[in-house]
Amino acid sequence: MPAYRPPRIPASDITPHHIYLSRRSFLGSAATAGLALAGGGGALAAPLAASPSSFKVNEPLTPKEAVTTYNNFYEFGVNKEDPSQNAGAFKPTPWSVKIDGMVGKPKVFGLEELMKIKQEERTYRMRCVEGWSMVIPWIGFPLAALLDQVEPLGSAKYVSFETVVRPEEMPGQGGFFQPLPWPYIEGLRLDEARHPLTILATGLYGETLPNQNGAPIRLVVPWKYGFKSIKSIVRISLVEKQPETTWKNSNAREYGFYSNVNPAVDHPRWSQATEQRIGEGGFFGAKRRATLPFNGYADQVASLYQGLDLKANY
Amino acid sequence: MMALPALPRRYHAASIWSLYLLGLCPAAWYFYQAATGGLGFNPVKEFEHVIGIWALRLIIATLAVTPLRDLAGINWMRYRRALGLLAFYYVLIHFTVYLLLDLQLNFAAVGGDIIRRPYITIGFACLLLLIPLALTSNNWSIRRLSSGWSKLHKLIYLIAAGGALHYVLAVKSVTFVPFIHVALICLLLAYRPLRKPLMKWKRGSKPTGRQASSNA
Repeated sequence: MPAYRPPRIPASDITPHHIYLSRRSFLGSAATAGLALAGGGGALAAPLAASPSSFKVNEPLTPKEAVTTYNNFYEFGVNKEDPSQNAGAFKPTPWSVKIDGMVGKPKVFGLEELMKIKQEERTYRMRCVEGWSMVIPWIGFPLAALLDQVEPLGSAKYVSFETVVRPEEMPGQGGFFQPLPWPYIEGLRLDEARHPLTILATGLYGETLPNQNGAPIRLVVPWKYGFKSIKSIVRISLVEKQPETTWKNSNAREYGFYSNVNPAVDHPRWSQATEQRIGEGGFFGAKRRATLPFNGYADQVASLYQGLDLKANY
Repeated sequence: MMALPALPRRYHAASIWSLYLLGLCPAAWYFYQAATGGLGFNPVKEFEHVIGIWALRLIIATLAVTPLRDLAGINWMRYRRALGLLAFYYVLIHFTVYLLLDLQLNFAAVGGDIIRRPYITIGFACLLLLIPLALTSNNWSIRRLSSGWSKLHKLIYLIAAGGALHYVLAVKSVTFVPFIHVALICLLLAYRPLRKPLMKWKRGSKPTGRQASSNA
């Protein structure tokens, strides 16, 4: 089968040169134009209002540039810089999220509708299974607020999530040597999904999500390894049985369904006892810090797992 | 295919020293990049990874010398020692960065990694196996060990296979870049058992095989 190769479109084909040169006339003032040009980075980041919340980690924020250029988003390539470099053609609008399965009121939500839910700023730690971490000021809303609107049935025990498939906009989904089968799928237990810490994020650092961070809407589950926080979601289903998840399907010995951050349970290839905070220490002064159980959220979430053997259910 | 013009003998030594210098350039470049913020937000890991990949490339180059002479008539045997030693230096840098900058001399963690994580066990074994090869990469050792030298240096096949396995096990998914490196190593290793019959056949079909091969 021939590999699909998205056409390379030069920027000048999209925006004719004379329009590009007259762009300032579209913008109210030269100052606004300067800001708009300074932003960019391949993303359609726009200011996003959010109310403050009490969910705030008291640790220095990871610089925005690091949060938006050091990414794992295999749909855009497997190297850390790939997503920020390859996500420019991705169109996060228009967008809709279908919620179906064991719910009283299945529904397709337009992005505008989701943005009407009260948006809060939440500063969370993010711990990657590869042994690095960040502190990110997300904007979003509790997933529970959305689930309430579709009225899950009593038989629903789990929630499954699905990322968009658009090989023409996501170079990692085309060609040979695709790292994973698509769509990327993830899942949570219903009580995990309804936990107040679990949010659907629509922005970070006061702006809408850059494409490389999972625009326009992604999951953030701060006590689990980063790969659980699925990006660019198009479908959420309530189901009875534990759903399949992409990394568990790819290597069940290494990636479990729960994937709670746990320094006592090593990944076969990486010690999970310590982590490197991205952007700290540079080349010579990098200092690994101790990883906390449930990524420091044990007080809030440990009760979800009472009686569960966390070594067996990694 | 056109034969490469032979390098005059008087330039041989200079060309070998140039290769050492050239071979150390990637390490120097990436070190400079890492130290000045050019390798992104996790420079230690990034440096560790590129140096490891360059070590594999140098092992590939070392293994390519013999087939290049057999099949293309290009005799670069005089560069093989430099390539092999450069590979050893890169493996040494790779391990040193992991020990010093990544795990910051936390020997318990290093020991734990070596014992528990197969890809690190294999990588560390390859480093240890490279030491006797590096120590005997000189004319004195070749004379001293005579036929034992070539036996000892067959270890490079095991090391190359180990290096490839180390790489495959270290990445989360085998994409194009790992695949190419591993495929080249597999190809170069697979050539070894084929070499004897191939050479025999070549000599049999062309009585003046030595001259013929230089025009091949």
